[in-house]
Amino acid sequence: MVFLWSFLVGGLICVIGQLMFDILKLTPGHTLSILVVTGAILNGFGLYEPLIDFAGAGATVPITSFGNSLVHGALQEAEKHGLIGVVTGMFEVTSSGITAAIIFGMIGAIFFKPKG
Amino acid sequence: MDKSPSTTKTQYKKLAQKKELKRPILKNCINAFFFGGLICTIGQGIATFYMYFFDFTEQTVGNPTTATLIFITMLLTGFGVYDHIAQFAGAGTAVPVTGFGNAVISAAIEHRSEGFVQGVGGNMFKLAGSVILFGVFSAFIVALIKTLLLEWGVI
Repeated sequence: MVFLWSFLVGGLICVIGQLMFDILKLTPGHTLSILVVTGAILNGFGLYEPLIDFAGAGATVPITSFGNSLVHGALQEAEKHGLIGVVTGMFEVTSSGITAAIIFGMIGAIFFKPKG
Repeated sequence: MDKSPSTTKTQYKKLAQKKELKRPILKNCINAFFFGGLICTIGQGIATFYMYFFDFTEQTVGNPTTATLIFITMLLTGFGVYDHIAQFAGAGTAVPVTGFGNAVISAAIEHRSEGFVQGVGGNMFKLAGSVILFGVFSAFIVALIKTLLLEWGVI
């Protein structure tokens, strides 16, 4: 069942992105930035975690979850260390996405030749 | 008697608007829905695998899933497949985390000819940098406000 919901919710978030491309005529950079900010704000109101429980990867795979997990890590650490935790905990939860992008980017640059 | 530059500019704008191709919005949305949903379903498959064979929960499994998806993106980007899919999937491949990975990896591969320090290192986050900037900054603001409100006992 969670597979169906992840398909529907993930697809729906992508449609929102597509509408921002086509109707608002935003660049991909603007669209993705807005989606990330949206994810961060949704977590601030505690709305993103229920969505992850409900849709699984449908909520964790779109870029909105990047904003969500940044806030999540910051708040987690802030609970323990107060205000300074907001800075020290920022990448606590979301380290893997950026780490993977950097590592695989480097590996890709070593092994692959640019196309066209 | 020549026209002022501002008139020609507005005229050009009008002409460009008239000649601009109408975007097939419905078709684009269906494609984005299908491919975006498909990537998330693949992600769910990977997540289920990690939850079943390793010690992850629904909330923590996003981390290894993201890394695995970016690894797959590297292969697809490197072999030039990702761009072909992205051409008709639109936001369906841009919005999932694979789009973030593709932006980083394709920039790294493309600028390799300029060397590893100036080229790969300097351009890796050329496209993805704004996502990180606005993600981190907005997360900082949101977390700051929430922490302050919690400490003051407002919420």
